[in-house]
Amino acid sequence: MLELKDLSFSVTVNGQNKDIIKHVDLTVPKSSLVVITGPNGGGKSTTAKLIMGIEKSTGGKILFNGEDITDKTITERAKLGIAFAFQQPVRFKGIKVIDLLRIASGRRLSTAGACAYLSEVGLCAGDYIGRDIDSSLSGGELKRIEIATVLARNPLLSIFDEPEAGIDLWSFQNLIEAFTRMRRTIKDSSILIISHQERILEIADEIIVIKDGTIDRQGRKEDILPEITGTSAALVNCRAAEKKGD
Amino acid sequence: MQKLDEIQKRLLVEVADLHSVPEGAYNIRANGVSAGRQSTEHIEIVPKTAVSGLEIYIKPGTKNESVHIPVVMTESGLKEVVYNDFYVGDDCDVVIVAGCGIDNCGNQDSQHDGVHRFFVGKNAKIKYVEKHYGSGEGAGKRILNPVTEVYQEKGSTVEMEMVQIKGVDDTERTTKAVLDENAKLIVRERLMTHGKQNAISVYSVELNGKNSNADVVSRSVARDDSYQKFDAKIIGSAACHGHTECDSIIMDNGRILAVPGLEANCIDAELVHEAAIGKIAGEQIIKLMTLGLTENEAEEQIINGFLQ
Repeated sequence: MLELKDLSFSVTVNGQNKDIIKHVDLTVPKSSLVVITGPNGGGKSTTAKLIMGIEKSTGGKILFNGEDITDKTITERAKLGIAFAFQQPVRFKGIKVIDLLRIASGRRLSTAGACAYLSEVGLCAGDYIGRDIDSSLSGGELKRIEIATVLARNPLLSIFDEPEAGIDLWSFQNLIEAFTRMRRTIKDSSILIISHQERILEIADEIIVIKDGTIDRQGRKEDILPEITGTSAALVNCRAAEKKGD
Repeated sequence: MQKLDEIQKRLLVEVADLHSVPEGAYNIRANGVSAGRQSTEHIEIVPKTAVSGLEIYIKPGTKNESVHIPVVMTESGLKEVVYNDFYVGDDCDVVIVAGCGIDNCGNQDSQHDGVHRFFVGKNAKIKYVEKHYGSGEGAGKRILNPVTEVYQEKGSTVEMEMVQIKGVDDTERTTKAVLDENAKLIVRERLMTHGKQNAISVYSVELNGKNSNADVVSRSVARDDSYQKFDAKIIGSAACHGHTECDSIIMDNGRILAVPGLEANCIDAELVHEAAIGKIAGEQIIKLMTLGLTENEAEEQIINGFLQ
């Protein structure tokens, strides 16, 4: 279980202090899929990065399974079982798909084992396993490989930062199927997805709306989804942003 | 074959992946003398008389054979210039493995300057692998100045893999190639310098024949206080394709100068150069840290991949 207690994050821009996340309290319970949504620039991705340790909070605490991880490094958090899929996956020169899956799994993963993770995200494994993770891969392919690396970690908490960004419709269908499968086999782990997509909101147990660095509303999907679908500023803004390709 | 000591054996593994006497033709040079030589039916190795070095004759049509000519030096203060000439017959398909390993525990500089010339016959294909390696704790420098000259006849292909990852203090590598019609040259250079090392690599590739093709790619990492200069020039004097690329990572106080040069003397010459120098992207390190690696492990992983 993940708990954010009074979490804050601010930056200094041109000598002025700017609050990005303001005193957020949030819980991702065990065995649940939580989706954070809300308008662009509202602090969703920043919240995800604070949980992974990519950004350092300036106030409050982060607890993971009861342990205070606020001052822990990215590596330490990863070793405790937190995994993170980047909105824009990173490219490498000379690192192959299988290398990354092996690093992710933390063991000498067999080719068959690596292929299983790729199949899980709808990639024909044989075509990809030996490819370099560089600009020869499309955005959609990279995105799915990114998700496969999270699966390979077998994490207690998986964080996905806008998994739908930059992928085509066909890949998106695969993505939903992958998340649905993950939800089914969640056991004691938890999944946190930052997303604008209605289809992803639909598979959530809980929905949290973050706006202007604070929690606008949160609750069970059944309660929150009807409130925000179509009418709320959140999704209207999201759709406008999506049209712009943001 | 003369008995090699343990350090010499280790150097052989580093520069030529040799754990025992190689199959096929070979000459192993240890501390300035031949420690073993073997010719085969198709490949003849003859020592030069006027100067130090070898003449290697590969009969036309020789296929799937190899020549190993590694050099190891463990005597501090030894300085040598060696001239090796390769005459590769028409239609050959062979692998040539050279390379030099220096272990210098003394206070005097050890230096090996290998001058290799390749005369590659029509439609012949060679793969040339040259690895450099240095070790030893002495104050004496380990110096390697290889000169490689390649003369390619019509339709020939030369693939060169040049690797220097560790321990060479000073190196000035000069590579010259002249290509006739439909000849193809592929160069893959991998270089890592550290400490106060200096590495200079100069290429001059002349594309003289119609449809000749050269692809010269260098990937390098400069760490600590080391310095590298990559100077690659392609001269296109016919309808040809030439590409040179220098892709480098700098770390600590490392410095790199990339000087790509293109000269087109024919309207149908197509020449391209690319050069990129920068530190390791922070996002690459962060990504690997989210997979459980420490910052140092992530850096090593990125560099190993980059130089693979």
